[in-house]
Amino acid sequence: MNRWIAAAVLCLAAVSAGAIDTEAAFQDAALQGRYEHLTNELRCLVCQNQTVADSNAGLAADLRRQVKEMIAAGKTDDDIKRFMTDRYGDFVLYDPPLSARTVLLWAAPVLLLILTLGAAARQIIRRSKADIGPDPEESA
Amino acid sequence: MWRYFVPAAVFLALGGVFAFTLMRIDSGKLDVREIQSPLIGKPAPAFSLPSVLEPSRLVDSRSLAGKSYAFNVWGTWCGGCREEHAALIAISRTSGVPIIGLDWKDERPQAQAWLAQLGNPYTEVISDAEGRTAIDWGVYGAPETFLVSPAGIIVEKFIGPLTEAVWQQKFAPHIKAGVAQ
Repeated sequence: MNRWIAAAVLCLAAVSAGAIDTEAAFQDAALQGRYEHLTNELRCLVCQNQTVADSNAGLAADLRRQVKEMIAAGKTDDDIKRFMTDRYGDFVLYDPPLSARTVLLWAAPVLLLILTLGAAARQIIRRSKADIGPDPEESA
Repeated sequence: MWRYFVPAAVFLALGGVFAFTLMRIDSGKLDVREIQSPLIGKPAPAFSLPSVLEPSRLVDSRSLAGKSYAFNVWGTWCGGCREEHAALIAISRTSGVPIIGLDWKDERPQAQAWLAQLGNPYTEVISDAEGRTAIDWGVYGAPETFLVSPAGIIVEKFIGPLTEAVWQQKFAPHIKAGVAQ
């Protein structure tokens, strides 16, 4: 039992040791919060399934520096995101904006929900019309 | 009957789409990592950076105005750059447009040694040790090559090791069409 606890503690220690940003970028908690939020929302383009906050690639470090400098210079979050998308396109954002290209991406969950609810409703109505017991087809 | 047929048809259609896409990736027709640059059709970002060969001299993008040029991002740490180097030298002799090299996040002595050893295809080689100009150009992986028109507009971008065939196919037509003369 103790061995398992020790293993779990070691795993947790390894996770925290793997953190890329070892020092806080800002003393001010609000600025640090914005910094963390932005770097977690930006995609590292070299290692495409990591965020800029997660990656230790050289470009990710440069983009973190860019975000830090822009926050320090008083730029808004929108300014910083626009700076990034002007250079790297929407792909750099993990939260892509709604546009003609991404409309299917955004609409798909809603469409699937409507389809599933429709199918479920049809099934429920059909079963409630049959006056007895379970669906004969289902039990067959 | 329908309740068995519909799921099977959906499954087969999805499988078909996946197989088709995977085959295109496999044959090199589709690169899922490649990102279309939003900079194509936009003015080339300005820069002012020290020359790799004469560190005390700054090269300013304004000195390139009115001429077409290729802009090649490389580094001595980059394997694909070594791969494309011979092609760059050949292109520099035949294409008629100057090639500007951006030595990205690199050490100057190593870059100088690389050019001395492998030859220098560049009209100007500039050092972007901090990677700021590379960010302005939306660079995410070397080698990357851009073509800038005389009006200062980025008209083409290629990601990956450049070859003479790629140059002929993607870059030469712009130059011929006079867009980049």
